[in-house]
Amino acid sequence: MNMKYDNNVKLMKGNEALAEAAIRAEIDGYFGYPITPQSEILEYLSKNFNEEDGVVLQAESEIAAINMVYGAAGSGKRVMTSTSSPGMSLMLEGISYITAAQLPCLLVNVSRGGPGLGTIQPSQADYFQSTKGGGHGDYRLIVLAPNSVQEMADFVFDAIYLAEKYRNPALILSDGTLGQMMEKVRLPEKGSLPKSIPEWAAKGKIKNKERNIIYTSAVDPTVMENLNKELQNKYALLQQEVRYELSQIEDAEILIVAFGLSARICSKAQEMANDNGLSVGLLRPITLYPFPSDTIYKLAQKVQAILVVELSAGQMVEDVKLVVNGSCPVFFHGRMGGEVPTPDEIFFELKKITDKQAVKN
Amino acid sequence: MINKCEIEDLELVYEKPKTLTDTPMHYCPGCGHGVINKLIMEVIDELKIQDKTVGVAPVGCAVFEYRYMDIDMIEAPHGRASAVATGVKRVNPDKYVFSYQGDGDLAAIGTSETIHTVNRGENILMLFINNAIYGMTGGQMAPTTLIGQKTSTSPFGRSVKNNGFPLNITELISKLDGAFYVTRHSVHKPNSVRKLKKAIQKSFEYQKENKGTCFIEVISNCPAGWGMTPLKSNEWLEENLIPKYPLGDIKVPTKN
Repeated sequence: MNMKYDNNVKLMKGNEALAEAAIRAEIDGYFGYPITPQSEILEYLSKNFNEEDGVVLQAESEIAAINMVYGAAGSGKRVMTSTSSPGMSLMLEGISYITAAQLPCLLVNVSRGGPGLGTIQPSQADYFQSTKGGGHGDYRLIVLAPNSVQEMADFVFDAIYLAEKYRNPALILSDGTLGQMMEKVRLPEKGSLPKSIPEWAAKGKIKNKERNIIYTSAVDPTVMENLNKELQNKYALLQQEVRYELSQIEDAEILIVAFGLSARICSKAQEMANDNGLSVGLLRPITLYPFPSDTIYKLAQKVQAILVVELSAGQMVEDVKLVVNGSCPVFFHGRMGGEVPTPDEIFFELKKITDKQAVKN
Repeated sequence: MINKCEIEDLELVYEKPKTLTDTPMHYCPGCGHGVINKLIMEVIDELKIQDKTVGVAPVGCAVFEYRYMDIDMIEAPHGRASAVATGVKRVNPDKYVFSYQGDGDLAAIGTSETIHTVNRGENILMLFINNAIYGMTGGQMAPTTLIGQKTSTSPFGRSVKNNGFPLNITELISKLDGAFYVTRHSVHKPNSVRKLKKAIQKSFEYQKENKGTCFIEVISNCPAGWGMTPLKSNEWLEENLIPKYPLGDIKVPTKN
């Protein structure tokens, strides 16, 4: 993908930058339902999306919205939806169908604190739901985790590109802070993502060709297992798309693993720690699925300890522990329900780990 | 084995629609679905819109109707066919789109989608097959099951106290401004089959003119689920279902 950028630097909210990027990524349709803290996406598109370019439709529920996405994606069009955590829970059935039918689409979760109605403040507690499938059956989403307003815009293009390449929904897992905060952003230009109606689309049977059926069921378990194998083979291929960002990992004694907003806060804590004589590296997974397992494993052989920081009770830390597989101790620091840690708080955790490791050594 | 028949002198009076595949239908003997499937394809043949039509199949007995209909189709989740059809139509306004759902699908789990699709006046045809029972899952009570009607989940008969009243959803949605043409038919008699075909034809023609939602309810039978012979089921349908769900137009376009 050849990304071209606008020369103008704009000051925008994360949600608005994402919505503007969706217009520039030439979506044919957006179907959504209002929910804080992401309603600006629907609002921005309702105001700024040109009717001739496609449709913006406020559905009666997230359930209806995701099924509209399913139908429109099944007809081969470039479509998306966005929601926040409780809405995502409602969409999971439809997402399972879209994934089973191997349709591309863009999903956005500007997540908030839960469980239940929760709060409208940021959270990363939808990590399990996003990266393990979420709905019923063996499926995965391609998951991208932005940590800036710039990435809220950029990842619209990356997610659609990957979704169409692999015929699988791609999810941008953001949070309430990234959606609401304003930062400078350079928007990608139109035309970066070529578009065509795929051969498999249900859009009217072409004469002398087999009809296209978008389906997710099979009565015969052998057939259903083969459909599953197709999906799993695709996920094996998808591993090559893993993306992450490393910072100061040379000679690092402690490695922080954090994504999205947490990584942003951790980089400040990392700076404080390194100014105070600690040696701290940072790995930020950009794709949460596929997960940067190999890189984390390799780094685990070099560092003395790993600290995972999340806005949750500890979800990604389970994946980190799994790949580290006992190579080094893995510590966790998390805040829940919309609370966000300060860099001082994380710096304090880093010092505690350094003291513990020093005692051990 | 006869490989070739001498048919030159014979006049062709009937053939199956070209857009109906040769796949044997899975429907139970005597079930109305097969007739309704065939009628839709007959109309698509006659209007020559095979290349411009996308159908949306439900979860229920008609889930595999895409095996019989030689058109592009999408299999929707349970209850969501009208939302899926909305998605297809909104990004393909030049295509003919229809959804096909049973009573549990359209009037229970999909009630919200049904009401809002019609209320928006989505320019699609919604086909609603009402046989007052969940056929595919083995004969459970439907929202349209009659008072006193025995099903596997109302083994002593549906009671108002426990289950409330049968839902006339077609009358309900006919009050919505987005509904353009609302009509109720059956397939238990030759003349009712002919009337249904006309209604399907009209609906596709209205769709071409962007008139709004066309909604056709078809009162059908379920010999297996009702525990009756096909013939008996059609008698029971006429004596019990039609009085509760009377046939005929419920909302017709006003002439300007």
